[in-house]
This record gives sequence, structure tokens and C-alpha cells, in this order.
Amino acid sequence: MSTDPRHTHSPHNGLVVSGLCKSYGPVQVLADASFEVRPGEVVALLGENGAGKSTVSNIIAGSTKPDAGTITWRGNPYSPANPAAAIDAGIGMIHQELKLLPDLSVAENVYVGRLPMRGGRIDRATMNARASAQLKRLGLDVSPERKVRTLRIAAQQQVEIAKALTLNAELLIFDEPTAALGGEETELLFQQIRKLKAEGMSFIYISHRLDEIAQIADRVVVMRDGRIVARHERADIPVRTVVEQMVGRSVERMFPKVSAPGNDTLLEVENLSSPERSFQNVSFSVRAGEILGIAGLIGAGRTELVRAIAGADPISSGSVRVAGKPVHLNGPAAAIKAGVVLVPEDRKAQGVVLDQTIGENLAIGNFDHVAPNGWVFPKAVQKFAEAGIRRLGVKGRPNQAVSKLSGGNQQKVIIAKWVSRPPKVFILDEPTRGIDVGARAAIYDVIADLARSGMAVVVVSSDLEEVLGLSHRVLVLSRGRQRGILDRSEASNVAVMELATS
Amino acid sequence: MAVSNDASELKAGSGAQATAGAKFSAVFAGTMGPLIGLVLLCLALSLTTDTFLTVRNILNVLDQVTVLGIMAIGMTLVILIGGIDLSVGSVLALASMVMGFVAHPDYLNLGLPAGIAAALVVAGLCGLVSGLLVTVTKLPPFIATLAMMSVARGLANMITDGSQIVGFPDWFTSLSIIRHFGFLSVTVGLMIVLAVIFAIFLNYRATGRSLYAIGGSAEVARLSGIPVKSLTNWVYAICAVLAGLAGIVLAARLDSVQPSSGLGYELDTIAAVVIGGASLSGGVGSIGGTAIGVLIIGVLRNGLNLLGVSPFIQQVVIGVVIALAVATDTWRRRAQ
Repeated sequence: MSTDPRHTHSPHNGLVVSGLCKSYGPVQVLADASFEVRPGEVVALLGENGAGKSTVSNIIAGSTKPDAGTITWRGNPYSPANPAAAIDAGIGMIHQELKLLPDLSVAENVYVGRLPMRGGRIDRATMNARASAQLKRLGLDVSPERKVRTLRIAAQQQVEIAKALTLNAELLIFDEPTAALGGEETELLFQQIRKLKAEGMSFIYISHRLDEIAQIADRVVVMRDGRIVARHERADIPVRTVVEQMVGRSVERMFPKVSAPGNDTLLEVENLSSPERSFQNVSFSVRAGEILGIAGLIGAGRTELVRAIAGADPISSGSVRVAGKPVHLNGPAAAIKAGVVLVPEDRKAQGVVLDQTIGENLAIGNFDHVAPNGWVFPKAVQKFAEAGIRRLGVKGRPNQAVSKLSGGNQQKVIIAKWVSRPPKVFILDEPTRGIDVGARAAIYDVIADLARSGMAVVVVSSDLEEVLGLSHRVLVLSRGRQRGILDRSEASNVAVMELATS
Repeated sequence: MAVSNDASELKAGSGAQATAGAKFSAVFAGTMGPLIGLVLLCLALSLTTDTFLTVRNILNVLDQVTVLGIMAIGMTLVILIGGIDLSVGSVLALASMVMGFVAHPDYLNLGLPAGIAAALVVAGLCGLVSGLLVTVTKLPPFIATLAMMSVARGLANMITDGSQIVGFPDWFTSLSIIRHFGFLSVTVGLMIVLAVIFAIFLNYRATGRSLYAIGGSAEVARLSGIPVKSLTNWVYAICAVLAGLAGIVLAARLDSVQPSSGLGYELDTIAAVVIGGASLSGGVGSIGGTAIGVLIIGVLRNGLNLLGVSPFIQQVVIGVVIALAVATDTWRRRAQ
């Protein structure tokens, strides 16, 4: 293992990445990233959400431009202007969200943009025959004329791989390829990777599932906070070591002191499952004044779980009780009435009406308070908005459009919308996503205040530090299953990540 | 807050505005452009013709826009929630045929009150079906109401096998003819009362404000506990009832009903609402703006007639006005 970021690379036929940097505004997402991929090997790229793995692969695949740094590919300088240029150079990427045209046939998808022509018309016979041969090579037996929409996700992924192969890709980047695959399908994918590897292809393999890495990777690169923090020359390293490197020790952050929770149980969730199986048999309870953190990787079912509790999505079985009373979860209105409110994950699409004013955004959902008998008087809305603005410290006026506010202030507007009811259960999904580090402390204070005022608070976050710093207890989800609830005393980065990657 | 609103505050049409000036701007939210356009148009016509600026002609304009005005009120609600209703012209025809069929001595002869009631119920049902197609079947509003446009037109023709029904009692036709207090016919009065009621509803009722929230972001509205589906159903039903009412007004004006009436009215109606500053993506618009849009179309037609411009050129001019109105709105927004 080597942790020296500046070790020299001998020139070879593979990919050499050195000193890549990328910033979005003041946020540096990639700092001095250097690594190499030799011909015929699989390099695993590991890291938490937001560690910079996607940025680095997008740069290599030509969809993002670096601010600094160079890439050498087969001995030549390589700086693709766009994904097409990367593909021309022999580098392809299989995205987590597959980029296929669902209503076109398998063969058309494989050859889209370069359909074989004869006499001014598409040569379907040639196209189908070639696509079919390519699919057979991958061990996939589907008709090239079948519509992609009718294929399972695993088969669709194979179509993407077949497409990359017909483009003569020499290096493939896989972003979380197994996230949607079952055990057998994963095994099939691994067989194909090994086969192509033997033919001299290289792979960059991004995954959260650490158990897979030892099976498929030759070497491991670990990223954290936009930096490469470790390189391992072999893949069979202890999971614990990798996890420690992934979570590392980041800058000490200030979290407010949370007071001891009360005795009354306000929220009881029993055996809750979703119709899409995005979470199954989840049970927990939260007391008044308590903050429960929910941790897990992207796709673990955290957002789906809290949306269901807030009545936003349907459930298939299980029950939710608030202050002892069962809640009939048939919509957000019922949940709000029962005292359950949600600050949703996607602030701009689900949290605020951007084109409306702070006052209007606060009034939505509070008409029962600001509009007695259904009459909305501007003065009442103004007064209500001023109170909310004061209580949360929003930097804005009631008649100001929400789109003009910073992310942190928008988030405060959403919290202000609910806080006066007052709710019994306050759920916040990714409360600081996209918010400047400086403004986060204010949100943390608000969350601690909600608990102090006697609400049961649930915080979902991909930021482990945040979950650990705020919560009394941490519930860990992985692939829709509840892996455990850790007490504040036993919840450490490593303990949570071990459960989350299980 | 200051009375001298900046453009963004005007556009937002906030319920949070407190002063008298702000109340005015709330009712006519985002309509400064169209209002200026209407004033300029009237000014130009006053200077170029002797007849435009007479009481008699102004009253004529009001009479001529009654049908369009009543329909545009309903269309404003639909467009506010981010929808569209292409069926209003057909529903107008169907409702008026139902009224004629139920009321006329040659058919059921149950009297006009029964005919009017039946017309409004049938129209409301059409709207409810459109609403359910949108909320339950999840059809895009364009498709759902396109289907209803065809169905309602077909039904309107089936009632009398395509023939018109002529001749209603004098008291009915006089609703649109006799000008009470020297200026106000019952039908014009009805349009004005409806406009005031719906303006108050949209500005000062929780349900009205909720429609703005649905148009701004249906998901935000839903997560805030607003019953988005049932309100959507109601909006389509109300829009159709108003289209039915417009059909009754048209019947009073013409003393007859025919299954081919209201052809193309849906486009005039949408044009009026859009000229009035509403956004087809929802969340922006007002009854005040729609009133201005309706008047711009009415004054334009009237003025071009007075100037002796051919109806074919009128169509061209109205098309240009629609494009201009929306383009200036888009430019202004981008400039912010």
C-alpha cells in the first residue's frame, strides 16, 4: 500500500491521471487526484457519498472538465471535449442510471448514432446480426429486435456493455453497476468483466459494496473529501481498514449540545414496508425531545422510509402511531393533521414554491391557522410570516421571492412553515444538502431546538458526521433492511459504515 | 412595505401585501404590461375613429365579450393549476343543446329553468370527467380535454341529429338585450359579478391561494397537505360549468342553440388568459389579468371592424398580439 499521492508512474499503455482538481464555486469537489489504471486490470474506486468518485469518472468519461491536472491515455495526452470524444478514444462509462432509449430495439440502442446503412436505408439485417453476435459474446440470449423497455434492468445493463464493446472501448467505467442487480446477475456481470479483462480491457469500478471489491478488483483507490487518501496494490484488504480510510477524520465540526430526551414515546413505527420493497419491516420509536438519525448509503431506502411515514408515499404493510394514536397514512394531509411533518430531500422541487414569496410559502400548509373560515387576509399572512422569519432567523422579508434566498434560508423557510403548528414529529431529510458549511451550524441549532421544545425529531443524512453529531440514536439501513439501531455512545463512523455496507 | 412595488413583487401577487396600493396590485398581479397595451389600444382607436369612444360602442364591446369573458374565468383557474382545457367550446355547445332540448316546446318542453339547470349539470359532469381523466387516469390535461372536446361535440350533435333549436321566450332573450339602469344587461352583469367573485376567491380564500401553490409546484402543495387531486377535479368541473353558462348566454344573445356553436372558442379563451399574463406552466395569473386579456381581444375586434379591416386580417392581427404579449412577458422575466 502506498499513501504517497506523488509517487511516479512509469509510462505504459493504460490510463494515468495526475493532479486533477475541480471546484464548483467555492466548493472543491476534487483536489489533486492522481492514480493509474493499467491494461487488463480492474481498479476499484471507493469513498463515501460526495467523496469525488463521480467527479473523477465524469472527467475521464468526458462529461466534466477539470480545472487543473492532466490525463495520459495509452501514452498520449488525453482531454476529451465531450463523452463522444472519450468514446472515440476508447473510454466508455456505464452510468448507474442507464442511458438507453427504452422504446427502441436492443440492436438500435447498440448502434444508435451510427446505424449501418445500405442504399440510404437502415440495414436492419446487418445491424441485428452484429448486435446479436455482440450479445452472445456477453452470454446474453435476447432477440436484437426486442424493445429495451421490456428487458430486466440486468439485461439492459448488458445492452449498455454491448454498446460500449461495439464502440471498441478499451476502458470501461462502471458506476455502481450492481446497485440494481441480484446475486446471480452480479455473478454474471463479474464473469463478463473477468473475460473482458483477460482480453486486455481495463475497468474503473465504483461501488459501495465493499464485499464485492475483493471478488472483482485488482487494486483499490480510496477517496475522501475530493482527495485520494489511500492506494492498495491488492484488493483483499480488511473491510475495516477501508472503512476507516473512507470516513477518516474530517475537520472538527461544531454541533449543538442536545439535551436528554423525555419519557413519552411520540413516534412508533412497526414493521413498515413499502410496495416497491425499497424498505422492509422497519420498526423503531422516537421519544419526545429525542433526535433519531437515519444513516445508510444512497439507495438504502432512507428517503423512501421517511416519506412513507409522512404520508407522501404509500406503504404495503406495517403501522405508524403518533403519541399512541394510530395514523391512517393515506396522504400528507392526514400525517400533518396527526402531527407528522417532513422537510423533504429535494428542497427546490418538493420543499418550496420558488416563484412565490416567503409569506405565500409559509401560508401553504397553514391555512387552518392563517385563514380562519377559509379567508386569507394579507395582513394575517404577513404577521404569520414575520413570526416565522423571526423565530428561525430567516434573512428575508415576507414579500420576497423564495428563489432569491440562499439554500440555508430556503431550508429555514420550510422549517418555519411547520414549526408553529406545533408538530409532534419533525422529520428532516438531508437538511443540509447543498448548504454552505457555514450555514449548516445554524440549521443544526434549529434541529436541536426542535428537540428541546419537546418534538420527536428524525434526521436523515448522507453526512455521517452530521448524523453522529446530532443524534441520540442512529438507525442504519442497508438495501432496505434495518441493520441496527446504535446508541450515541456506541455509534462511531466505523460502526455505522460497517452496518451500512453490510 | 412600499407602495412602489418592484416588478418581482408585482409578479408574485402576494397575499401578504397590506396597503391599498398593494391590494390593487394583487388583483391585477403581473398585468402592468397588458394593461398598458389595452390603454394604448383604446387611445389609438379613439384617435383614429369617431365611433370607438362612445358609450354605445363601449357597451357593445362589453356585450360582445360576455361569452368569452365567462369562459375565460374558468380557463384562468385551469391554467393557474398548470392545466389546459380544450373542451370548453364543445361543452358550451353541448350545454346549450341540452338546454334547448329540455326547455323547447318542440322537444321535452319542461321550461327554461329546468333546461338551464340540466345544461349546467351536464357541463359540470363533462368537467368532472376531464378532471378524473387527469387525476385518476393520469392523462396529460391536453389529451384528456382533447378527448372531451370530441366527445362533447359529438353528443351535442346527437341530441337533435345536428339541427338547431330556434325560439325561446322573450324574457330569456331580453336578458342580453335590455340594459338596466341604462347600461347593464343581465348577461354583462353576470359576467362582472362572476369576475368579482372569482377574483375574491383567488386572492382571499385559502382554496384560491392553494390553486396558486398547485400551479407553482404540485408536489410542494401535496406535501403541504393540500388536496391536489380533489381541487384539480373541482377546477375542471367549474371551468366546464362556466363554459355551459357561457353557452346559455350565447343562446340568449342568438335566440337559438346549435350544435356547431363555440367552434374554436377554446383557443380564443386560452389566448385571452395568456395575453392577461398567465403562465401556461402554472402558478402565475389572475382574474384581473384575464379581464384585461378579454378586453384586449374584444376591443381589437371591435376596433378593427370600425376601421373596416377584413376579418381575415383580424385573425392575423390577433395572432401577432398573442405572440407579442407572451414574448414581452418572457423578455421581462428574463431581464429580472
